[in-house]
Amino acid sequence: MKQIVVISGKGGTGKTTMTASLATLAEGAAVLADCDVDAPDLHLILKPRVLETFDFLGLKTALIDPDKCTECGECEKACRFDAISDFVVDPASCEGCKVCTIVCPSEAVSMVDRISGHAYVSETRFGPMVHADLFPGEEASGKLVTMVREISARVAEKEKKDLIIIDGSPGIGCPVIASITGTDIALVMTEPSISGVHDLERILGVTQHFGVVAMVSINKYDLNLEMTGKIEGLCREMGVEIAGKLPFDPGVVEAMISGKTLVEAGGPVGDAIREVWDRIRTKL
Amino acid sequence: MMISVASGKGGTGKTLVTTNLAASVGGVVLVDCDVEEPNSYLFFPRREDETCTDCDVMIPVIDDEKCKRCGRCSEFCAYNALAVFPKQVLLFKELCHGCGGCALVCPEGAISEGTRAIGKICRARSGDVGLLWGELSVGEPMATPLIRSVKAEAKGDLVLIDSPPGTACPVIEAVRGSDFCLLVTEPTPFGLYDLSIAVQVVRGMEIPCGVVVNRSGVGDRGVYDYCKREEIPILLEIPMNREIAELYSRGVLFSEAMAEWRDEFVELKRKIEEAAE
Repeated sequence: MKQIVVISGKGGTGKTTMTASLATLAEGAAVLADCDVDAPDLHLILKPRVLETFDFLGLKTALIDPDKCTECGECEKACRFDAISDFVVDPASCEGCKVCTIVCPSEAVSMVDRISGHAYVSETRFGPMVHADLFPGEEASGKLVTMVREISARVAEKEKKDLIIIDGSPGIGCPVIASITGTDIALVMTEPSISGVHDLERILGVTQHFGVVAMVSINKYDLNLEMTGKIEGLCREMGVEIAGKLPFDPGVVEAMISGKTLVEAGGPVGDAIREVWDRIRTKL
Repeated sequence: MMISVASGKGGTGKTLVTTNLAASVGGVVLVDCDVEEPNSYLFFPRREDETCTDCDVMIPVIDDEKCKRCGRCSEFCAYNALAVFPKQVLLFKELCHGCGGCALVCPEGAISEGTRAIGKICRARSGDVGLLWGELSVGEPMATPLIRSVKAEAKGDLVLIDSPPGTACPVIEAVRGSDFCLLVTEPTPFGLYDLSIAVQVVRGMEIPCGVVVNRSGVGDRGVYDYCKREEIPILLEIPMNREIAELYSRGVLFSEAMAEWRDEFVELKRKIEEAAE
């Protein structure tokens, strides 16, 4: 089984739009996984029908029993995450380390499970989709990404699909690392701006660090041809293949509003994405 | 006053708004908390007095002589960062949250604490704008400790926080403690969906918020209808404009190149102050 992940250092460079279009081109042969768990948008285009729902248990959080608490303040002193004040735990800051439970002399602190989100197995017009939502402000998004990927692998096996297409999250931190480890190709979306170039260099550092083969797609390449040239130079230097260049096209937003993928909508960007798909398949 | 600039969706223009607001009003400290991909300083090419220091987190240091391989540390660790083998204890340092629990539970006193760098904190000055940003090292998963350290250095009458995208823990850390949160979105279904999650986050934190609609003129009315329904003020609209996009792509502040926008950003600050009351 092969896995393609669509990522970007900078946000808003077209990951989800690309993933949805690749899903169209895969013609039902792939499982689709939305791993951008704290801003999941793929469902807006693919309109999944949920078949199965799973609870996501994030980090446990500490809870202080006010009846047992003697207000000695030892827990607050020991907490490295400033999660305890006035003998109450702020669940948004608690990282579940349990140190408070061992420093408490009166056994007033316990660790409680908490449901931090949900994961879903759904069906779409392009085949099975696994997605999730993390409750607003929750921790452990990397852990939820891993859960989505594990479920996707099970679904792929059961449904006999030999490809998983993953929509990743922006940045270079924990959810991104959880999205790319063990994938065959990371398609990195970028745009020709000073921020785009800066972020691309860092995300390519991450794919290299984790030994994942990267290919680059330049979105809105014709907005700044000089920057596009810089990106192409950077890719050459780092030995990264360019999968495609997508032109700026106001039709992209129209397609999004009508809930269509760019391949379904047709147009210059859709055509460019077909070429990206061909290059990825050759590489696979 | 501390104003944070956030958005659920990435690429909606947080940095565009933060940098132009900072340059237009002046006398501010601009803090880039998008430590995974910090970009705001790129828009201030004439930086002076730039210095960077390491951002350290705590990690356990195990004394192999004293360690009896009892396994208590690894049992206690909530992050699976320690593995005990017959001859030694292995630390997976990227997984460690630095809670110090292993040192507390070790019956042999074999664990002390050291530090390691996960990124750097940089400061500079550009005219009357103070710049402060964090840069997470490539391969490091945890942004939150670095965001916490960067914010700890932010001092001034007016502090502007450029937050990371998303709605998970790094965003909470960036937005925490602000007097007002400006949510930047675009008038599209993706922009609307992610905005609605971001609103839940800031409301949960009891921080008043307002919206900036970027690339207005494209898309649909969804964001406007939502803001009206939820009684969230739209404080500024920046139109879809090729000139603005091109200036941004070159790293130029459009409020400097298109002078009428400077007043718009000064007015934005006034509206924020009014709404934060």
